[in-house]
Amino acid sequence: MRVAVVVFPGSNCERDVADVLHDLGAETHLVWHRETDLTGFDGVVLPGGFAHGDALRTGAIARFSPVMAEVARLAAVGAPVLGICNGFQILCEAGLLPGAFIANRDLAFICRFVEVEVADTGTFLTAGTRLGSVLRIPLNSYEGNWVDPTGQGRIVLRYVDDPNGSQAGAAAVASAEGNVVGVMPHPERASDPLLGSDDGLVLLSGFLGAPVPV
Amino acid sequence: MTAVTESVHRRLGMTDDEYEMVVDVLGREPRPAELAMYSVMWSEHCSYKSSRAYLSRFPTSAPWVVVGPGENAGVVDIGDGWLAAIRIESHNHPSFVEPYQGAATGVGGILRDVFTMGARPVALWDQIRFGPLDRPHNRYLFKGVVAGIAGYGNAVGVPTVGGEIEFDVCYEGNPLVNVLCLGVMHRDELVLGTAGEPGSIAVLLGKATGRDGIGGASVLASASFDEAATEKRPSVQVGDPFEEKKLIEACLELYRRHLVVGVQDLGAAGLTCAVSEPAARAGVGITLDLGEVHVREGGMTPPELLMSESQERMMAYVRPEMLEEVLTVAEHWEIESSVVGVVGEGDMVTVRHDGEVVAEVPADSLSGGAPLYHRPVARPDWLDELWESYVPPTVASPAETLLALLSDPSIGSSAWIHEQYDHMLFLNTVVGPGGDGALIRVRGTNKGLAVSTDGNGRLCLLDPRRGAARLVFEAALNVAVAGARPLAVVDNLNFGNPEKPEVMWQLVETVEGISEACEAMGIPVVGGNVSFYNETNDRDVNPTPVVGLLGLADPMPIDPPRLQRARPGMEIWVIGPDPTPNFAGSSLQRLQGAPTGRPTAPRPDVATPMIEDVARLAHVTPVLHDVSDGGLAVAVAEICIASGTGAVVETDDPVWLFGEDPHRVVVIAESGSALPGRRIGRMWAGDLVIGDETLSLETIATTWHRALPDALGV
Repeated sequence: MRVAVVVFPGSNCERDVADVLHDLGAETHLVWHRETDLTGFDGVVLPGGFAHGDALRTGAIARFSPVMAEVARLAAVGAPVLGICNGFQILCEAGLLPGAFIANRDLAFICRFVEVEVADTGTFLTAGTRLGSVLRIPLNSYEGNWVDPTGQGRIVLRYVDDPNGSQAGAAAVASAEGNVVGVMPHPERASDPLLGSDDGLVLLSGFLGAPVPV
Repeated sequence: MTAVTESVHRRLGMTDDEYEMVVDVLGREPRPAELAMYSVMWSEHCSYKSSRAYLSRFPTSAPWVVVGPGENAGVVDIGDGWLAAIRIESHNHPSFVEPYQGAATGVGGILRDVFTMGARPVALWDQIRFGPLDRPHNRYLFKGVVAGIAGYGNAVGVPTVGGEIEFDVCYEGNPLVNVLCLGVMHRDELVLGTAGEPGSIAVLLGKATGRDGIGGASVLASASFDEAATEKRPSVQVGDPFEEKKLIEACLELYRRHLVVGVQDLGAAGLTCAVSEPAARAGVGITLDLGEVHVREGGMTPPELLMSESQERMMAYVRPEMLEEVLTVAEHWEIESSVVGVVGEGDMVTVRHDGEVVAEVPADSLSGGAPLYHRPVARPDWLDELWESYVPPTVASPAETLLALLSDPSIGSSAWIHEQYDHMLFLNTVVGPGGDGALIRVRGTNKGLAVSTDGNGRLCLLDPRRGAARLVFEAALNVAVAGARPLAVVDNLNFGNPEKPEVMWQLVETVEGISEACEAMGIPVVGGNVSFYNETNDRDVNPTPVVGLLGLADPMPIDPPRLQRARPGMEIWVIGPDPTPNFAGSSLQRLQGAPTGRPTAPRPDVATPMIEDVARLAHVTPVLHDVSDGGLAVAVAEICIASGTGAVVETDDPVWLFGEDPHRVVVIAESGSALPGRRIGRMWAGDLVIGDETLSLETIATTWHRALPDALGV
């Protein structure tokens, strides 16, 4: 599978996620945010970081980056689109996922392992998991508190012990069709027992096993 | 030519004698811009004029040293074509004046020192010291510094994987904020701070120059504080991690494609330093045109442009045929650039502004010509009294004493701090914050790099030579616990006012102690920083050298020791010399009063073989833990807390439980192991039992976890 990992100015997790996807067998390419053509890519990842320095608010500038039109096109044709942390925030700002992010409940950055429970196995991200199974994955965010006034968001993963005040304990959310998923914890950081967990691999493998668009 | 009056040089932090030296060098009165340049380059912060004479004592060579002290960072060979760059810096004074920005720009500055060398910064360590948290102002400073480190480090995208925290009344009014950065590169990516050959072009990259931080080095970092310190706030720079992140990526691309001949970051002394040091190193002259500098505000004068410490700037030296490509790389990464200078023959730095020459000075008179002071050195007359007034601490109940230690925020869990730092980025953090030394894997190899940073102001107050040497040995033991062998040291020497003879004595003794320990282990000092004038209202901080020690684990242990790996049935061993009944400088002594007595001397003969033993044990042992603050009792309690396993410690001797004598490690080993030490207990599925007292795991865990949050009231 050929995957575009988008690099915005200020992204910082792009090489991490590209390396792990590569190790799982994907052909990964880092794509600069000014790219206007993602033809030939089967899926796209918006990685973590601080796109455009989080100016105004997280993702507010990134949604206007030239590449986002192509991300929206791939999402519309059913290709798997994954936003991790800042990438999730960008997908919300771009309207590809419901809801928005505000500061964590305790107004502090949180970097630690958290437990999340699978709430929906119908998305590519969770295709390889069982409903109710618990994964241990690092969280790393200040604006990780997801709010969804519609209450219609499709929740894919829930925090076992909500660390940041996220509505309904949501740690990952999907589009109605299930091919666009945002996840706040970092599955690529749970990719090796030496680093404390490899529970993220099942999620990223799911991403790579997703159906290829026509 | 405009002659300047004496009051100007004093306002810039120069003495009358130094002004006369400038007149001697130039053979005339300096122009305003020239005086500005000398004032920053000859500041204590930039020139080390009070310490240079003594720093030459450090052993600095070893076959694996690629770049020693004097460049932007030290560089060592870690084998198979890989190099590690390491540097430590202080941002004490700015952090007191404005804690968030002071700490943030400290992070930004140390990163530039490392990526200036060609290395990608892979990890940061922070060593921070404050007055006790029961004072609201200390809480404000502490929270501001932690927020500044988190705000900058997280956003710039370099993990903060370790550090140190200490609260002591001596840092009241003068917190210490030190930061260490480690970088990794391929050998062919190494870049030096040279201006290259005549014809090279100086390209200023990064953030536009403004009036922030003017005189930071001379006015702020090289003088003491009094009640009016907040008036110095305009001398503190403002950080922008987003600009720095883009600058890192742009520079690393320039190095990867071999587009530059040299690079110098703009930190203290700004443009002045970025043209004079590379020119002096290359033995060339340079002409700088201030009118070409991209600026944030109009109407800046030549002295302001030359002294500005605006952050996130780099000067690249480029061959003319590469200029186009360099500017294209800058444009791609969305950073500003301007062509500001040309390298020529000779040895003069010539500065133009509006078509006029505003400065013309020999390059090496700025960077190497600073005055060298042999300030008076005298052993403090109060030291003997301090040694003689030693009273051993009392321990009525070991269990109660342990709880008191665990609730000390200098000893309790640092999670409140390090969970605000991204410590996992880059997927290399094998052993992260909260342990002895952090261990970072070098991907594409079997190697791991371990770094431990250690300081202890109380020990060094009581005996700076013994104290400093013990810090080096402790740091070495900490990296050995991660399976690494010591490779190199960087030091950050935080001291009081060097115009006081006893402060200079503390410095000289400290340098001697670090040198002796390094020599005993055969490792070099590859860089360092001296921060003087850490005094407020005439009170000096305890002499507080912070040692950063880099170790190499090659290969890295497949399953490195972790406190979590203790299990019921395993045995508790202590290896190292038996402790002596001496609590001078210990945490237990601090609980009961001021530091007194003379600390136990380190044992270089014991240290070196023991470090080797421990590094070997790290490959086969589930748990290794250095005995340091709070002694053996705290070390065992931390293992219990991390592993959720109880322990039975078969002694209630306070010397064994709470003594902090050097060169000791707790080993948790499978039962039946034969180790070169003393078996003092076992792990079990119960509580923590010390002698005939028992503490529940929940009690010790809660006490330890809540120490810092409770002190902060959060």
